[in-house]
Formats: sequence, C-alpha cells, structure tokens
Amino acid sequence: MYPRAFAYHRAKSYPEAISLLGELGEDAKFLAGGQSLIPLMKLRLSTPAHLVDLNFVPETSYIRSDGSLRFGAMTRHSEIAACADVERIPILRDCAAGIADPQVRHMGTIGGSIAEADPTGDWAPVLQATGATVKTLSANGERRLDISAFILDAYTTALLPAELITEISIPVPQSRSGGAYIALKRCAPVYASASVAVQLTLNEDHTCQQARMYLGVLGLTATRITAAEELLRGQAIGDHQMEGVREAVMDVAEPMSDMRGSAEYKRHAAGALAKLALDAGLRRARGEHVEVTHLYA
Amino acid sequence: MPEHIARVRVNVKVNGKAYQREVEPRTLLVQLLREDLSLTGTHIGCDTSYCGACTVLLNGKSVKSCTVFAFQADGGEVLTVEGLAKDGELHAVQQAFSDCHGFQCGYCTPGFLMSTMQLLDEHPHPTESEIRKGIAGNTCRCTGYQNIFKAIEAAAEATTLSAPHRS
Repeated sequence: MYPRAFAYHRAKSYPEAISLLGELGEDAKFLAGGQSLIPLMKLRLSTPAHLVDLNFVPETSYIRSDGSLRFGAMTRHSEIAACADVERIPILRDCAAGIADPQVRHMGTIGGSIAEADPTGDWAPVLQATGATVKTLSANGERRLDISAFILDAYTTALLPAELITEISIPVPQSRSGGAYIALKRCAPVYASASVAVQLTLNEDHTCQQARMYLGVLGLTATRITAAEELLRGQAIGDHQMEGVREAVMDVAEPMSDMRGSAEYKRHAAGALAKLALDAGLRRARGEHVEVTHLYA
Repeated sequence: MPEHIARVRVNVKVNGKAYQREVEPRTLLVQLLREDLSLTGTHIGCDTSYCGACTVLLNGKSVKSCTVFAFQADGGEVLTVEGLAKDGELHAVQQAFSDCHGFQCGYCTPGFLMSTMQLLDEHPHPTESEIRKGIAGNTCRCTGYQNIFKAIEAAAEATTLSAPHRS
C-alpha cells in the first residue's frame, strides 16, 4: 500500500521545522518515528500533502536525569526502556518496555506518541499519574504545559498549528513512592483493551500519603479515578482497600462493546488491572524490586 | 497538492553494499529493498505494521520495513535476510530454523530470522520470557510457534558456541 503522494522536507533544526510547517500550512504534518502516522497514511486515513521530517534534527533524542527525568521528544520507546536512569521511576519503564513490540519501540517516539493523543496510547495515563510536563516550541517561543492541560480530547492536544513538542519531563518522586502500569492486550502489536496506571507515596508508617490513578483506553482521554485516590489516602493499604479500589474503577469505567470484548468484560478487566497495578506500585513504594509485565489474552 | 513532487535521494548501505537511489518520498523501506534493489527476501505480509514479515535491521535495530519510509534509512545501514549467509554457509540462526523445522510455509521466516538476530544481540542467552517478548511482533500462521521457540534456543546455543566469531 502506498500513501497519497506528498512532498518531503527535511528539517535541520526545530526552528526550521516550525517555520517550514508555518509556510506549508494545514496540509503539512511533522513526521517523528512514524509508527502511528505511516499506518494512517497507508490506509489513507491521513493524507498530508507535505511531511516535515524531524528524524534528522540533531540533539532531539536524549534522556537527562536530575530532579526530573527529561526525555527529548524524539527519544525512542526502546531507548527509554533500556535506560538505567529510568529505574528511578519504574512505571515509566513498564510503559516504554510494553508498547507494541520490539520493532515498533525501535522507531516510535515519546513525543510523537503524545502528540497523536490516541485514546488507546500507553503514555497518557502514565504521564498523568506521574504529573509530567510537556515543553513545546513555536514561532511564539517555548511553553510548558501540564500533561492534563496538553491532552484535551481524543486525538486533540493543546499544540498550535506550527508548534512541536521538544521535551517531556517527569519529576522524580520522593522516597517511599512507587507506581506501576499494566495493560490488557490481545497480543503485542494491537491496541490495548484496558490499562491502569497508579503512582503513590507512603508515609513513614506505610499508610498512604497520596495516590494518583488513571484508567487508559476506555475513555476519550485517560480517566482519573478520584474515588480510588480518596479511598487510599491515609489508609494502610490491605485487601479491603484493594477491593474498594477495584469497585471504584468498575464504577467509573464506561467501556463500549467492540471487537476487543464486551463492555462488561472490559469493566471487570479494568478493576482487576487496578488491583494488580496497585499491588505492584505498593510493593515498589516499600522498596521491593517488582517486575511488571502486561497481560496478553 | 504541490504541482511537482521532488524525488528524495537515499544513500543506504544494505548488507554491506552501498546504494544511492532517487525515490518518491512515499516509497517505503520495504519497497526500496524489493523493487529498487531487487532484494525480495524481505516479505510484505499484512502491510499494516502487525505481522512482522517485513522485519529488517536498521542501524542494528529491528524495524518493520513496511512502516518506515525509505528516506528514514538515509545515511544508515540495513541488514536483510540476504545478508545472513556468508560464502554459501547458512548463518547459525538460519541453520537452527532449518534443523528445528522452525517454519512451515516459510513466508514469515525472514522476519522471524531478523527478530531472532535482534533478540540474540540483546540477550545472547534468552529466557523463555525474553524469547516471547523478542518475537512478540512477528506472526506465524502455520507452526504454533513451538518449533520457532526450539530454533531460537538452538540458535542461542550455536551462536554462543561459535563466539567470538559470531557475525
């Protein structure tokens, strides 16, 4: 399958890419790793007349570790998954290492992924649970947006027409923090059926100081499970709280029946994923090393 | 639409040999390999980034060449299934797939071979879980994967035995 014919523009810098896109207008798109855009173009669901290629812009792929972990927008998922510094925030590794399959992770970028804002994408719930900031650049200069203010709706972000993402930063949580991200997928290369991200911090006595929990895939954007967060605050987390969280997630989830399963199946799956993610996040907050893997069924 | 679409020059080394081609921007890497360079060992399966039959290594990393534009490989190095055998001798990974019957119809095999190259590069002694994750982007509709598993385990053993001459 061939995409519709388009003209090619190779940017040597972000300012050049921004000015090119500004001149070319609405029919032009940026190309990052292409792992979403190329399939959409081959199916002619997206038919840009111009592509402005960001792959040859230097110094756009990096991982910096200080008070935050900072990822250049063109950093590939596989680079994030393999980086030792990412162990400082294990939920990020759960996400990066579980996106699609090795081939897609070698090309796909974190910036491209959140710029697309696909409701089934893996990064959104994780970046929301960890309070990430998105740095952007346009002809008007830089902006820093909280991820919640960046993703507005399905496939809709706060990006202006000729604005691009330059960096995503995630604050390194204080001690006694932990989180986990688990998705249910029919197999690796397909969209997830449901996913849950949780990030929490414990007090010295191991009661829960605060928790953030987001449900992915089942809504137009990641859904915050405020009832679960409130239920956990101040509590020593045991079976009773776990069960309460499962029920809270099932109450909030509004799945639709489709080829990935019935609404009822997905509602149960979301509740079960929440318990699994909470258990792994809690153990990590207590200092345990916990390997997390998605569920494939 | 722009009235005239300029072709893109792509310089790429494939299996150690340098090529320069001028292609339409929309040319995918798999089309460059198969149609412009006549390297038809890389197969197109689903053509939607699912099945992995088109897997090649781009700068040492496995990619689905149906979901990479040819221009994204400009200045890079590609390894395809044609680059595995040396001097008429199968590569240890190919030999293991042959010995273990790690295929039936063979259509998906070039992709599995390239994913196995990637896997063994990262994990010379892969665990069962690492093998599962390593070939998660490749689909085989014939075998049920058991013999592919055996082939990858045999390939890991063989490439370890032949180290440090492993290519």
